[in-house]
Amino acid sequence: MSDTLRVRLSGRAGALAIDAAFTVPPGITALQGPSGAGKTTLLRAIAGLERLQGSVHIGGEVWQDAQNFLPPHRRRIGFVFQGANLLPHLSVRANLAYAARRAEAPLSIEDIAERTGIAHLLNRRPAKLSGGEAQRVALARALLIRPKLLLLDEPFTGLDAEGRAGLIDQLAALLRTLATPVLIVTHDAGEAARIAHQQLHIDNGTITVCS
Amino acid sequence: MDPTPLALVIATTLELALITTILLLAIATPLAWWLARSRRWWKEVIGAVTALPLVLPPTVIGFYVLIALGPQSPLMAPLHAFGIRTLAFTFTGLVIGSLFYSLPFAVQPLRTAFESVGTRPLEVAAMLGAGPFDRFATIALPLSRCGFVSAAILVFAHTVGEFGVVLMIGGAIPGRTEVLSTRIFQLVENLQYGEAHRIAAGLVAFAFLALLGLLLAERRIGSVAP
Repeated sequence: MSDTLRVRLSGRAGALAIDAAFTVPPGITALQGPSGAGKTTLLRAIAGLERLQGSVHIGGEVWQDAQNFLPPHRRRIGFVFQGANLLPHLSVRANLAYAARRAEAPLSIEDIAERTGIAHLLNRRPAKLSGGEAQRVALARALLIRPKLLLLDEPFTGLDAEGRAGLIDQLAALLRTLATPVLIVTHDAGEAARIAHQQLHIDNGTITVCS
Repeated sequence: MDPTPLALVIATTLELALITTILLLAIATPLAWWLARSRRWWKEVIGAVTALPLVLPPTVIGFYVLIALGPQSPLMAPLHAFGIRTLAFTFTGLVIGSLFYSLPFAVQPLRTAFESVGTRPLEVAAMLGAGPFDRFATIALPLSRCGFVSAAILVFAHTVGEFGVVLMIGGAIPGRTEVLSTRIFQLVENLQYGEAHRIAAGLVAFAFLALLGLLLAERRIGSVAP
């Protein structure tokens, strides 16, 4: 069963004042905004990698409120970072196994590799992968742990137009089969409209539009 | 009095270097990790203290460690109950002095290696369910192995070559605290240049091989690393 993510966070992150209150229901929610608007900071705060004031709940579970702060490793979030994502000293298979060993009920490595189209990459080292392949592996690894929430921080950055279009379509099709809340950061409005059920807009640290 | 057999002096030197290397890696690892990860400004005060032996004369370190390990030292008071009044001029004292003297040779390469890991792999591991110690053991340590190899080789070689500190604390007592560097000093004092030359040339060859091994190990680890 999937739960809705409820976020109410505020505070300063460097020079930026964050003020955000929104929900992410199961399905794909796109978070758009210009560079420096606070998209990545917000994602990191939801994951517990940065500390802002407020609350983060998913279903009946408290990740953060005035009394509690669950550390990132206990939140069971699939997080695909922008850029380098893979553990560089481990092969693709070992990257997946690293996640599987620490998950309560992981999917099988072969199954997720097949579904994300990375089965032929399992024995490669991260340094030998293209940008698109590495992002695909990172996504597979995030899905493997059966996350309660999937956070994707500009997962298509650095890919060429062809690779980007192919990956977006594949990813969107795959994510639609999940009943998990997905929050995907993008600065491309067309991309957001194409894949998302819900769109959020953030500007200068504040969520301004929900559609 | 007959001098201690050279083999025993070599054994004492290697034993000292080996024990110092093992203990120092154990002590320097958490210290270097904290120095690499902490955001507190005053960590550099601790960083500067650990680097002091790089610039201090060995006799200064030896002098203060000698005082600290002497019978009048308050640091020795807890050991009086066990019948130990001083650690000066003992092998244990020599090890303690070597730990101080070689500390930066372990901390600096480890700190640099930990800093070069960066935060991203650790954050990735956290999001995959790895707790703090798990992240240290499975991410930071393997990605810093080059730093561990450098630290181990540098500490071992540096301890084999130290003179001032071991002479001050150990006193070059035959069979107990006499090491190769102090043996050379004694031989030169006795004008036995031939024997001194043999040992000195051996130490030059050892130092060269240690540094060559260090460079080759770094090259090899660098080529198989990501």
